[in-house]
Amino acid sequence: MSRAALTLWLTPFLARPIALIGLGVLLVMVFAAIFAPWLAPYDPYAMQPIARLMPPDAAHWFGTDQFGRDTLSRTVYSARMALLIGSGVVFFALVTGVPIGVLSALFPRLGHVLMRMVDVLMAFPSLLLALGLIVILGPSVVNSILAIGIGFMTTTTRIVYGLSLRLRAETYVEAARSMGSGTAWLVFKHILPNLISPLLVQASFVFAFAQLGAASLDFLGLGAPPEIPSWGNMLAESRTFITRASWLLFFPGLMIVLTAFSLNLVGDALRDRLDPRFRDVFGGEG
Amino acid sequence: MWAFALKRAGAMLVTLWAASVIIFAFIHLIPGDPIYVLLGDTATPDQADRLRREMGLDDPIVVQYFRWAGHALTGDLGQSIFFQAPVASVIADGAETSILLATLTMIWVVLIGVPIGVIAAVRQGTWLDQTLSGGAMLMASVPTFWVGLYLILIFAATLGWLPSSGYPSIFEGGLGNLRYLILPSLTLAAPNAALILRLTRASMLDVAREDYVRTARAKGIRPWQVVTRHILRNALLTVVSAFGFTFAALLSEAVVTETVFALPGIGRLVVQSILRRDYPVIQGIILVIVVIYLVINLIVDLTYRYLDPRVELQ
Repeated sequence: MSRAALTLWLTPFLARPIALIGLGVLLVMVFAAIFAPWLAPYDPYAMQPIARLMPPDAAHWFGTDQFGRDTLSRTVYSARMALLIGSGVVFFALVTGVPIGVLSALFPRLGHVLMRMVDVLMAFPSLLLALGLIVILGPSVVNSILAIGIGFMTTTTRIVYGLSLRLRAETYVEAARSMGSGTAWLVFKHILPNLISPLLVQASFVFAFAQLGAASLDFLGLGAPPEIPSWGNMLAESRTFITRASWLLFFPGLMIVLTAFSLNLVGDALRDRLDPRFRDVFGGEG
Repeated sequence: MWAFALKRAGAMLVTLWAASVIIFAFIHLIPGDPIYVLLGDTATPDQADRLRREMGLDDPIVVQYFRWAGHALTGDLGQSIFFQAPVASVIADGAETSILLATLTMIWVVLIGVPIGVIAAVRQGTWLDQTLSGGAMLMASVPTFWVGLYLILIFAATLGWLPSSGYPSIFEGGLGNLRYLILPSLTLAAPNAALILRLTRASMLDVAREDYVRTARAKGIRPWQVVTRHILRNALLTVVSAFGFTFAALLSEAVVTETVFALPGIGRLVVQSILRRDYPVIQGIILVIVVIYLVINLIVDLTYRYLDPRVELQ
């Protein structure tokens, strides 16, 4: 990336220190996810019957759970699941939403049909849609990604469609078209490059809300298998012990909030840097 | 106006029809013989054969769809495997809790979201606005069940002020039973109040840029009167239309909250039915919620058009 481009991307964060903090938190989360085996003091699966439900102390900073497993280690390992679910859902939403949205804008007849289908899917509240899919597919990590992702596919498609329609009407696109440019040229040369910034904004919001969706599925026992360390699973288990072991409730929840909040801060900062013509598709503030 | 209403209603019916096809397909997409999906694994071959004939599962799928849709139109949503009772009555049993929960939640959402959003907009750019807007973003980033568990820990387990679970009907125990819904409705209100707050603020700022607001100010009308009469009134149009969507969304978001607080509502029924493999109930609830969602959408659209006739057909 050139220096100028780097400065351009960094400006939104420099103008807003709190967004910079958000970015920092996210980098720490990614770091923790990648280097979990070196960072976690214990094996996240190792049970220590002697040390059941121990409050935080020098040996176990975040305490232990009902099986004597180290909460800090499980919390660190859970960052992996958060990263996996988040990137999985973003990937699914983009891979489906971008082609459908762009094609619908370029071919109005096809678009009419496709966008009506998107409307139909949007008649299903996202959590209900996710639960319905889990019933059909069965609970698993991959199926959590699909079930949550389909809700964001519809919103992403809508946004891409709206933006592509506007781009298609731009003078330079019309000029390129009248000079005989093919559809592929228009898409790759004029439309997709202009979608990158707004899609980055959308990706950060999708990543944030995917965390909350996954946590809900895990909490209901319909997400990742219970033995897998994830913040939602940890909270689901903590439920029985909230009065005796409130630390089990505190740390995983805090991680979800920190992650989602940081992503929202970053998304907000990026959105404010967007071309004003594109900003309103996100329904944000003035 | 009438042409608009008819077109919108028509579009809604088309969407509903397409959604109903998906909901019908749901039972057939679950792995396994639909008969055992409907009867449960314990059904005997005799029972299976009888139901297969009764339901005409040997008929072409299109015929089956129209039969199912016809029954649904008359309020017959099939039989619950677990309760051995009509799905419609099982859903009706949970309706009281769900409707009251959603209503209480909406009251919090309006009382918290709108005034604070107005304050944030009026003080745009100040530390107060940044604190309130930041707080709203934080609330939107918190998992509802986490809020719920903390409210239980503080107000039920520690202080003992409010009950932590269940909800006995107000028709049996009187209005005092609403206290069972205070913590759940606050839990559910948190992220939604945050959304309404942000929307109110954004909408106020949008309207504040209009020419007639500048004219009003230029005429020398007192600043607070400009805010209440010129800006707020018009800004509320957008906000009120969002109430409809919020209310409809609450019905499905309540799934998690009702589970945390063990409330006998439709949301918890969904989760329990998934665990019990009571598929007809899940199917029925999805259908009911989608219908409510679409009807509310339609009402919002028409109200909006009535209040602001500039809204054009797409």
